[in-house]
Amino acid sequence: MSFDGLWPYIYIAIAGWLATDLWRWAGVVAGNRIDERSEVLNWVRAVATALVAAVIAKLIVFPTGTLEASPLWLRLGAVAFGGLCFFIGGRFRQIAGIAAAIAFLAAGLALLGV
Amino acid sequence: MTAPPESQSQSHWFLLGMRGIFSLPAIILMLSFVGFAAFTAEAKVPVEQVMFMTGMVWALPAKVILVGSMLSGAHIATAFLAVTLSSVRMMPMVAALIPEIRDRRTPTWLLLIVSHFVAITAWVFAMEKVRDVPRGGRVAFFAGFGVTLTLTNIVLVGLVYGAVSEFPPIVSGCLFFLTPVYFLTSIWISARHRVIYWALGIGLALGTIFAVVAPEYDILLAGVVGGTAAWWGERALRRREAAR
Repeated sequence: MSFDGLWPYIYIAIAGWLATDLWRWAGVVAGNRIDERSEVLNWVRAVATALVAAVIAKLIVFPTGTLEASPLWLRLGAVAFGGLCFFIGGRFRQIAGIAAAIAFLAAGLALLGV
Repeated sequence: MTAPPESQSQSHWFLLGMRGIFSLPAIILMLSFVGFAAFTAEAKVPVEQVMFMTGMVWALPAKVILVGSMLSGAHIATAFLAVTLSSVRMMPMVAALIPEIRDRRTPTWLLLIVSHFVAITAWVFAMEKVRDVPRGGRVAFFAGFGVTLTLTNIVLVGLVYGAVSEFPPIVSGCLFFLTPVYFLTSIWISARHRVIYWALGIGLALGTIFAVVAPEYDILLAGVVGGTAAWWGERALRRREAAR
């Protein structure tokens, strides 16, 4: 499509903004009716977490861009190594886990010449 | 202090939320947006439109799908359908967040506005931090964080757009990988309940499986099926423990 004129902005507003904010508004309406200590909220939390987990899995297993050309074992290895450092990282576990995973991936990409 | 605590606290909590821009999640998201700017620059989407969609859509996966649709010349209805399917997950995310942040007097119109700033990063950040904020200040705290994060990334995309198209592949690969690794650690740390770990594990497995067998609806299916299974299994175990 052409990127000139007003049309791209209308396209973004309808197919992007409206398509996304509709669900946020629906979430407000639904969330307003849920009691904070109810079993329903437990279910909603579990579904929301599983949805985000599915996004994470897709980013790792089926990445786009540069990583598309990298081997799956390298990406899974980076996550496993990051996880190991996360669980022994104590107070700094988040930074330790993330840094370890990225370092593993960068080293692997460099060695493989991706 | 002489100011009444109520009037003082709203701006206080908003400012405290704004300070979240210097947190690890905000920095990682900004790096992801540098990656997104590189992606759109490569695709030759004009920078004004990239900044516009950053503010209007905000959720990164939805924007990637939107740009993909624009590039392939998809009909606006087709693009709407693809983006809206990826954004269904906003509904349970917002629905889980709202009971945590509102109090009895929070007007619905305010929640409708604030909900625009929900995306994965802001959601993970809020679910983790909001418990340390008194209930009356939670909406202000989330708004301060969400608005600042969104505006910062609109400006950031505009600033780096011209500079990032020539990244070495290792750098862009690592930028891309930061996002899933950060999400994993954050969800683990912010989990206050066993069911979250179960949902995380099952969601990861089903997300991979459904991406192969039902790629159009993978996220949605993994969320509803995986989340329900995690909730049902955890509840069954909880009841058995209670019966003992």
